[in-house]
Amino acid sequence: MTLLLATLYQILQMLLVLALAPLLTGWVRLVKARLVGRRGPSVLQPYRDLLRLLRKEVVLARNASWLFRSVPYMMFTAIWLAAGLVPVFTTQLALAPTADLIALIALLGSARFFLALAGMDTGTSFGGIGSSREMMIAALAEPAMLMIVFSVAILVRSTSLAEIADFMLSGAVGLRISLALALIALVMVAIAENARIPIDNPATHLELTMVHEAMVLEYSGRHLALVEAASMLKMLLYMALIACVFAPWGMATAGSGVAAALGGMVVFVAKLAVGGTLLALFETSIAKMRVFRVGEFLGGALLLSLLGAIFLYVSRGV
Amino acid sequence: MGLVVSAIVFLFAVAVVGAAARRLPQVSTVVYGGTASACALIALWAALRLAGGGPDATLVLPVGLPWIQAHLRADALSAVFLIVVNLGGITASLFGWGYERAHHESHGGSQDGPVLPLYPLFLAGMNMVLIAADAFTFLLSWEFMSLASWLLVLSTHRDPETPKAARLYIIMASFGTACLLLAFGVLATAHGDYSFAAIRAHAPAAGAAALVVVLILLGAGSKAGLVPLHVWLPLAHPAAPSHVSALMSGVMTKVAVYAMIRVLFDLLGEPEWWWGGVTMGFGALTAVMGVLYALMQDDVKRLLAYSTVENIGAIVIALGLALVFKAAHTPVIAALALAAALLHVVNHSLFKSLLFFAAGAMLTATGSRDLNRLGGLIHRMPTTAVLALIGAAAISALPPLNGFVGEWLLFQAILNAPALSEWSLKIEIAVVGAALALATALAGACFVRLYGIAFLGRPRSRAAGEAVEVGRAMRLGMAVPAVLCVVLGVLPTPLIRLFEPALRLLVEAGPFDGRAYQPWFWLAPTSAIGNSYNGLIMLVVIALLSVVLVLGIHRKASDRVRWSIPWGCGFDGPDPAAVTQYTASSFGQPIRRAFGSTVFRARDHVDMPVPGDTRPARLSVTWTDPAWVVVVEPLSRAVGWLAEKANRLQFLTIRRYLTLMFLALVVLLVMVAVTQR
Repeated sequence: MTLLLATLYQILQMLLVLALAPLLTGWVRLVKARLVGRRGPSVLQPYRDLLRLLRKEVVLARNASWLFRSVPYMMFTAIWLAAGLVPVFTTQLALAPTADLIALIALLGSARFFLALAGMDTGTSFGGIGSSREMMIAALAEPAMLMIVFSVAILVRSTSLAEIADFMLSGAVGLRISLALALIALVMVAIAENARIPIDNPATHLELTMVHEAMVLEYSGRHLALVEAASMLKMLLYMALIACVFAPWGMATAGSGVAAALGGMVVFVAKLAVGGTLLALFETSIAKMRVFRVGEFLGGALLLSLLGAIFLYVSRGV
Repeated sequence: MGLVVSAIVFLFAVAVVGAAARRLPQVSTVVYGGTASACALIALWAALRLAGGGPDATLVLPVGLPWIQAHLRADALSAVFLIVVNLGGITASLFGWGYERAHHESHGGSQDGPVLPLYPLFLAGMNMVLIAADAFTFLLSWEFMSLASWLLVLSTHRDPETPKAARLYIIMASFGTACLLLAFGVLATAHGDYSFAAIRAHAPAAGAAALVVVLILLGAGSKAGLVPLHVWLPLAHPAAPSHVSALMSGVMTKVAVYAMIRVLFDLLGEPEWWWGGVTMGFGALTAVMGVLYALMQDDVKRLLAYSTVENIGAIVIALGLALVFKAAHTPVIAALALAAALLHVVNHSLFKSLLFFAAGAMLTATGSRDLNRLGGLIHRMPTTAVLALIGAAAISALPPLNGFVGEWLLFQAILNAPALSEWSLKIEIAVVGAALALATALAGACFVRLYGIAFLGRPRSRAAGEAVEVGRAMRLGMAVPAVLCVVLGVLPTPLIRLFEPALRLLVEAGPFDGRAYQPWFWLAPTSAIGNSYNGLIMLVVIALLSVVLVLGIHRKASDRVRWSIPWGCGFDGPDPAAVTQYTASSFGQPIRRAFGSTVFRARDHVDMPVPGDTRPARLSVTWTDPAWVVVVEPLSRAVGWLAEKANRLQFLTIRRYLTLMFLALVVLLVMVAVTQR
């Protein structure tokens, strides 16, 4: 019975993240537009964009291989699965014991691995520039992310996200310096991984600065729709992750009934709204960095997360 | 045991056939077929031995020095490594058979003739190291293995780089053997008995043990490629034919790991905590430096050899952790770390062999191993491309492949650091964890670079554009490890269960101890702080989601496809993008700038002609290996200086020689008098 419910919740979660991801992107765009004094498009615009892309024909480079055509599916699946692993409205998820935070990071790594390969497949210099920069950013962001995981896991004695959320909900943690450091580092990593300002700006087509956009420049039609949807999903995933680890309030726990789960969904949407607003505020108040400053930015994140982990490793009573 | 020894003797017989009948057309079939069957026999025996338990097989042969004899023994640890070595031997024989035939056809005549007799000897040497049970037999086998591989490196001596590589290799191998010799000397001094059983029974004093730890890390470490003793490896490994490179990089380094485990965990008795600390530190340095080196290479095989350095670093980190936890009397966690090490040993031998085979396939098809002369091979060599992609993904630790499982276990062991009492170790483990994560992420970048440049994009040379897929034997040789990479990633638990006898032998616990019955498709070690991973369910869910996605998209979306030319930055022509696409050096530039400028003094020089000049602009990249500057060059200067001084001894008069001998005799007599008192 519990397993059945957990499976049901799992399926519900997979659908929920899929449905909410474009909404979050639309919300961030709307808030950003309002902040700079524009009216901005409707929050539903990303849905319309995706549908429009789906209906368009695919233009493929003449020497594109099967890899180029299958990567959008592979990366979307990997990110979708990863997003399904983060508890958003309940910690009772069927896949929780199958894969933990480390596996989640590795899933995101797979998505990036394949996308970077796809960037190189058409043999244009834009694809190469995007892939090479993306992998440089990942080389620093991924270890920072893992160190954040370590700090949290040491505290909770588990890398399972459901257990982390349960533990944080129980209020046994209190305020800790290492958690604060981990939160700052996680936000920095999230900004870098989602190609947001000040690391990257997917809204421009300026070859000197672009990273993500350069990689996917040759995609069109349904492939581009999948790539775009995957990056929306990834942004939602990071927000859900921050919410799950540092602000799990309102989430339903094991055995707390269906009403609690429904409440959890409402709270989750509210959290996304707050997170989106904060992101928009941050992005409008900061300028884009040079590409080679990214190393310093993410090096800082790695250092902070390592410090957080060391604090916990040497502190007593963990 | 008799079976293993007979199989090794059979390998010698095969070598004799290979030497005697070098010119006959069918001889390579005999040699590779014979080697593969001998390896299969030993691997099967070892697997049965591990699965069935039972007493250790021992054998004492009346050969060697008269008062020592040759002790042979295959316990659970030997069995694990026998499987690794002989599995590598089987696939390498399969691939090598096809490889040599392909080269036979293209080059006419037996260019790789000397490989035939040496190849089985190399495998015999590695097998002998694993079953040696006394210091004398061990060192003899070790040296045999080194010499066979050295001759294999020399077998392609037409390449101008090879003699340099071979000379450096023989120097480093001699250095390693000397360290091992001293280590075993220290181990055996107390009682003068060189058999492992006697050494195990008399644990050395603290000071002597410390000396042995350092000597083993130097001796076995130079063979495994620990930084800064790795310098020979990227020169020597690529110089041999590709299937031998695969064996040297994927398998022989594991024999060195075996030596470390044998001495550190088995022969030395109770460890002290700092042994693990030192080992881990070396491992972390090796992992990060190895992958950074790999990222700057343009030569496919050299890149793979440097990546071996990185993977050895990860294995040595796991060994260090296991030592630390063993010293802290938390055997279950030690078993977890050691299981991670053994799993990574198996994994790396699989995907590194696979990738070296793929490099060999590229070499066969295009005649080049320079990344900047490859490209677009996914169209010309579809099967190789798919198999190499599996290898690249597995070595980048992507789930649900085997590389990820090893990494996962290792991270789980790292998470147990708070169980330790030394705070310095806790900090070290946190830093080591970060270094490992960094190395893993950089490995991803490294293999995106390798795969993207070699297989994707457009051909960068005529040969790459005209490449043809390699023969069936070579493809099969690559397919076997590729399939195993997937299987072990999805179902790692049975293999870890198979290791359990070895883990019990070394740390007296298994990673699943104290846990109720677990199904064989679930990975949940006790000490992984309650965490679990299930590759099978992951795979099923991924497959399910993919099906849902593809069906959903194809029902909704337009399926019109138009083929067109990509934007080539203004270059026009039949193939606009080929000149403008990214090269290996340009791909590595951001990482080179972020990491390489201080450590490696990496510099990009751009030679830009003035406007109006029609000469092409050129970019050249230079970097220096700090290990050369810090270790190798001073060492070679010291050796040169010593040789110079010793050289004078050649030209003395008889009277002086007699004086020297007399003095030596006096000194020795004084020493005897002092020690006898």
